[in-house]
Amino acid sequence: MPNTVFSPSIESRPTYAGLAPRPGAPAIMVADEAGAAAVTHLATVDATAMAKAHVVLVGAPAETSDALAALSPAAVQTVPDLDTATPIVEQLLSQARMGTQLFLAGSEGLMGHISAIALASGMALEDIQMEHRGSIARRMQCVHCKGITDGVTTDPFTCSHCGLTLFVRDHFSRRLGAFQGVCVDAETPGDIPATEEIRP
Amino acid sequence: MTMQFNDETFRGDYTYRNSPEAIRRFPFPFDQDSYMYSVNIEQHPGGPQGSPFEHMFDVDEHYVAEMRDREITLAEDPLRCQSLPHMELAGWDLLELIMVSKARDYPDLFSLTRDGNDWHWVNKPMGIDKRFTFLDAATLPYGPMEYITRQTQGDFALLHERDGNLWMDAGMVTSQADWSLDFDVGMNFFEWHAPVPKARQMGVFDKALKFLLAVGQGQHYRRLNWTMTVNPRLDTSPENYHKWGPEKRTITPENVGHKQFLRVELQTFFRLPRSNALAFPIRCYLASLDDLVTQPKWGRRLHRVLRDIDPDLADYKGFAVNREVIVNYLSQYDDGEPTSPGIFPED
Amino acid sequence: MTKLALKVAAVEQLTPLVKRFRFEDPTGAPLPVFSGGAHITVEMPNGDTIRRNSYSLISDPYDPSGYEIAVRREDTGRGGSSHMHSAVAEGDTITVSVPANLFQLDLRARKHVLIGGGIGITPFLSQLRQLDREQKPYELHYAARSRAEAAGIALLPEAAHIHVHISDEGNRMDLGAILDGQPLGTHVYTCGPEGLIAAVADQAARLGWPKSAVHSEAFTAPPPGAPFEVTIASSGQIVPVKADQSLLEALEAAGVEIDYSCRGGACGRCETAVTACDGQIEHNDHWLSADERAAQKKIMPCMSRFKGTRLELDL
Repeated sequence: MPNTVFSPSIESRPTYAGLAPRPGAPAIMVADEAGAAAVTHLATVDATAMAKAHVVLVGAPAETSDALAALSPAAVQTVPDLDTATPIVEQLLSQARMGTQLFLAGSEGLMGHISAIALASGMALEDIQMEHRGSIARRMQCVHCKGITDGVTTDPFTCSHCGLTLFVRDHFSRRLGAFQGVCVDAETPGDIPATEEIRP
Repeated sequence: MTMQFNDETFRGDYTYRNSPEAIRRFPFPFDQDSYMYSVNIEQHPGGPQGSPFEHMFDVDEHYVAEMRDREITLAEDPLRCQSLPHMELAGWDLLELIMVSKARDYPDLFSLTRDGNDWHWVNKPMGIDKRFTFLDAATLPYGPMEYITRQTQGDFALLHERDGNLWMDAGMVTSQADWSLDFDVGMNFFEWHAPVPKARQMGVFDKALKFLLAVGQGQHYRRLNWTMTVNPRLDTSPENYHKWGPEKRTITPENVGHKQFLRVELQTFFRLPRSNALAFPIRCYLASLDDLVTQPKWGRRLHRVLRDIDPDLADYKGFAVNREVIVNYLSQYDDGEPTSPGIFPED
Repeated sequence: MTKLALKVAAVEQLTPLVKRFRFEDPTGAPLPVFSGGAHITVEMPNGDTIRRNSYSLISDPYDPSGYEIAVRREDTGRGGSSHMHSAVAEGDTITVSVPANLFQLDLRARKHVLIGGGIGITPFLSQLRQLDREQKPYELHYAARSRAEAAGIALLPEAAHIHVHISDEGNRMDLGAILDGQPLGTHVYTCGPEGLIAAVADQAARLGWPKSAVHSEAFTAPPPGAPFEVTIASSGQIVPVKADQSLLEALEAAGVEIDYSCRGGACGRCETAVTACDGQIEHNDHWLSADERAAQKKIMPCMSRFKGTRLELDL
């Protein structure tokens, strides 16, 4: 399954060009189970990709991490979720030198969250490579209560914090690593359109 | 003090009122009988005496009430004011620009005394008398941008220039036309404008960005933008959309004249000296349809503009659902006579 | 463009080729403060032409009492710098633009690496004052051929993070050693000869630095060249451009209205559409892209020249 192709959208909606080789560069790689395949693919295209790579696998089973360990990266760490990954990635970034590449693969939620951390730590956008794999679920910020709801697959959806019904915008904040959710029945409370699956 | 400040509200009982003088100086945004996006930039300040274009930062009868409304909004949601760490210097630049301008333009309301970095600021309408050290944030109760914009009408964005683009890296936004600073802070010029329909395809933003990047120190510019708001509400934020949204559906042929407001943004641009950032103040003026039709030229023209506007724009500007009622109401004030060029009233 | 009429308050010979000038308001009024890396454009009347050259400000950017610049005499140039050296004296009145900045610090950076070659040290003198004031970490590397030529030595403070590399003394600058291993979030800034700027860009690219962290300013005055003519599309007027005159200067002398800012091919302000071109535009600017240069539909009059039979400008 290759990099997901999303429909053309507005300027603030991120696009994911896919992981491209940067031979010899020190790398931080963060992937989920679906994204691990993109990392494996990168390793087959560029034999030098893994030698200086620190891989953080988020919520992936043992066989996935074993498969990545077999590619002989400098290090591979498996963590249960993004919250656990956050301080690890922050520490790697604080010790990183200029020239370090960040490779992110998997869901938009993972890529949005980790790239926001990297940008805040001084990494340039052009040093962050992303490839979308797996679920097209989105990480959404409720514009009203500011709470983040991860794994959103429908439009509208219910904010997991304040309970408002929100529609899914393509407007995306790199600083927050999230799309914007806005109350769908603000003007006509209770008048909620039919729920649809989000499409790529 | 020569200026009288209104005791009025922008929420709840909505006691906001324009005096006849405030109506006559209202920055009516249409210089012809139709509207499409344009860059429409002019030098600032500069305009007829008494107009909102006369001074760098216009102070009017709504000043004190607007600052009280901002205080309420910030108390409920402190994220309406944000400054990324590298923008503090731009905040000082802005503070200096506003204090120097206001003390010069309104000497009976404001004064600024400077001895090196020891500054003494007096804001009479708000009862503030403050001594502080310029460029030392520890001597102010807030960061420099927040401190001065709690005392200045209008929203403020501070734009950082890099990579041939402008980045909205700081702002004070409590009277916005439906955009979220908390969400947009850190975005570049094209990203924060992404939700605006059609304009990118028309190349408007490419031209506008090119212009803004070339704005130099000592050259200040302005443009007018507009939208429509039901009730004289400053805080039409997306954050509180679920609170004010229902009000949009309360327009009837009977109440449209006093409940439907034309909301005009006087946007100005200043290159800041120490930070090389751009300050982008967005000052909001509100006038009801009833206010506007007291000037026959404006009644005629507003009718024609809103009647003929592109439906996507009516939607973006937030009045598509009320357009018919608004246009019907305004049609009473359009006798088909020609209108004179320019934005100012006729007599 | 906002202008200031200032008094030349001091002139000082720093090296055989470099003079420092200090300008102050004649009434002692404060001047607009500026940001590190900013420049002013200095007007030099010369017969029927006003020559305008841009120079980096080297004084404290937050000090409104005066502006200082350092000018290297370029004997092969069009005479701007030699005019400054021979014709400008203390007490003279001089017209300058307000400061503008095309080489600002990115204050988000976790660390700043400043690399100056020769007279290219000038923009860093205001930048390092700003970095000190803002308490930002930086290191500065200054390369010069010989100690006698190194005006920067007289201008730079002594500090542990300021490094002077004199090639005649066998102490050449090692760009690899400077750039390798810098912490994530470092930005590098280069000003000096084209060769130095290219070498830093190459080295940074080899080490995998992102382009957005690599900044440069090539401070070039317009090169002289063979005389040529341009036609003004709106009026049909033919404007001759002399050998030691830039196209922009010739247009100004002929009374053609045209906007400008940096006069060094970097800001884009004077970009002009070409409505007819039978010949070759000599693009000397840093503004137009390679495609735009090849298309010959645009020209930057502050820097570029023309060889051929007909060049018509949309003015």
